[in-house]
Amino acid sequence: MENRPLEYDYTVAKWFMFAAIALGIVGMTIGVFIAFELAFPSLNLVFGQGLAEYTNFSRLRPLHTDAVAFGFTVSGIFATWYYVGQRVLKVSMAESKFLMFIGKLQFVLYILTVVAIVVSLFMGYTTSKEYAEFEWPVDIAIVVIWVLWGVSIFGLIGIRREKSLYISVWYYIATFLGVAMLYLFNNMEIPTYFASGGHGDWFHSVSAYAGTNDATVQWWYGHNAVAFVFTVPIIAMIYYFLPKESGQAIYSYKLSLLSFWGLMFVYLWCGGHHLLFSTVPDWIQTMGSVFSIVLILPSWGSAINMLLTLKGEWQQVASSPLIKFLLLASTFYMFSTLEGPVQAVKSVNAIAHFTDWIPGHVHDGTLGWVGFMIIASALHMTPRIFKREIYSKGLMTAQFWIQTLGIVFYFTSMWIAGITQGMMWRSHDEYGNLAYSFMDTVNVLHPYYTLRGIGGFLFLTGLFMWAYNIIKSASARPVEESELQSASPMGA
Amino acid sequence: MQGYAYVGAMGVLIVVLYAYITHLYTKKKNADGLDYEKYSDMALNDDISDVPVAPVADKSDGKKK
Repeated sequence: MENRPLEYDYTVAKWFMFAAIALGIVGMTIGVFIAFELAFPSLNLVFGQGLAEYTNFSRLRPLHTDAVAFGFTVSGIFATWYYVGQRVLKVSMAESKFLMFIGKLQFVLYILTVVAIVVSLFMGYTTSKEYAEFEWPVDIAIVVIWVLWGVSIFGLIGIRREKSLYISVWYYIATFLGVAMLYLFNNMEIPTYFASGGHGDWFHSVSAYAGTNDATVQWWYGHNAVAFVFTVPIIAMIYYFLPKESGQAIYSYKLSLLSFWGLMFVYLWCGGHHLLFSTVPDWIQTMGSVFSIVLILPSWGSAINMLLTLKGEWQQVASSPLIKFLLLASTFYMFSTLEGPVQAVKSVNAIAHFTDWIPGHVHDGTLGWVGFMIIASALHMTPRIFKREIYSKGLMTAQFWIQTLGIVFYFTSMWIAGITQGMMWRSHDEYGNLAYSFMDTVNVLHPYYTLRGIGGFLFLTGLFMWAYNIIKSASARPVEESELQSASPMGA
Repeated sequence: MQGYAYVGAMGVLIVVLYAYITHLYTKKKNADGLDYEKYSDMALNDDISDVPVAPVADKSDGKKK
């Protein structure tokens, strides 16, 4: 056998990258469909009354959120870990049969669990806790997958050649620990069949917490899922992919460390802002608001650090669509980490709470920041994984503009819809009678809901272009190792 | 009581924050001359054949010296 030099092994990274593409398309297709269901309610019955149970908004909504959060995003996190982890630790997966086995096992279990989730949610089996809808057998499977990922992280760290851990590795470790803690505590549940001596279905459960306590734990989890799924690992990605793609060192490594510890300390206290004006103790609500404002500092510390990394190299933004994605991702991060704290201020929340401004905020973060980062990361990894140039630069540029337009449609329509809703709900005459019925608000919001659907459709179109570009890259021009130092090679 | 605890916690956190910033900046001037900025090279020079910024093997070698 030929004695070949040691190389990084991207097998598991590649598998998870394709999982991210597939689950992104599934999750966002459902998202676009349910967006149009809100605008045109007759779509709930599009496949007839008999199938309405499976096609109505409330059945499909958790499938959308879970597919994009735990499918598209988490696959993207795993894919980038199995790529970045090897490179910054300077150790190949091929050097450890054990870690390679763990990585592959993690992938197989992950796909099986995805199937279980899709089937169970379609069937309507849910714990009714937002972003934690899975019943206990699925929860256990998720814990096993997560532990396997932990073995992989610390296993790779254990055999590394680089003594210090690059900042991205710190963020991946924080993702692992943060989600482990949140998931375990929020999913404490009692299987009703076993607790009641054989009543009901074996897979059903009830939360271990009740009432206000349940809400507090749920939103401590819910908000920190945003922290440790949509923020921390995505920062891990940008701290690697932006410097690498641009060939520029991080503007301030010290600032990256400071922001890391700032973010870790502050984020965990913000969950109470989801429960303003509720039965939760007032001090928890105030603490949630105050810490949300403080959170601007570490968030902007990372985002500004990324923008300044391009200092003196701004021409790259014009010339490279991949840099465009990375730059706009960090800009959307700045934007949504300012918008979130503003919404957490009690007086603003009095208008924003329960309105469409909230999903508007969520989507400029998830589409603009999370989505663009996973798209950019996969595009950067593609030439390295396949040793071929990216199939089409033109297609990538077109994708960038179509998706950016889609996001702008999405959040502007939801701003207008949300504030209109909030103001109409609060309006009353001099005797305190409400000025509008709920249906009045629904009628007035129709054009904005339609615009939101169009925005989502544009983003989904871009996602298909992304998938096509990556798949076609496998047959593009082969590249030399020297072409892969920083800027990704791309065909016309 | 809650007020005193609040002010005390604020004070401690401010001291910890500025102590960490000072640590990051003064470390460079110490005898071991650690400049945190060099760690950026871990992403830029990340080929498996590239020389690590601080190799693991050097860790024990350095201590022996």
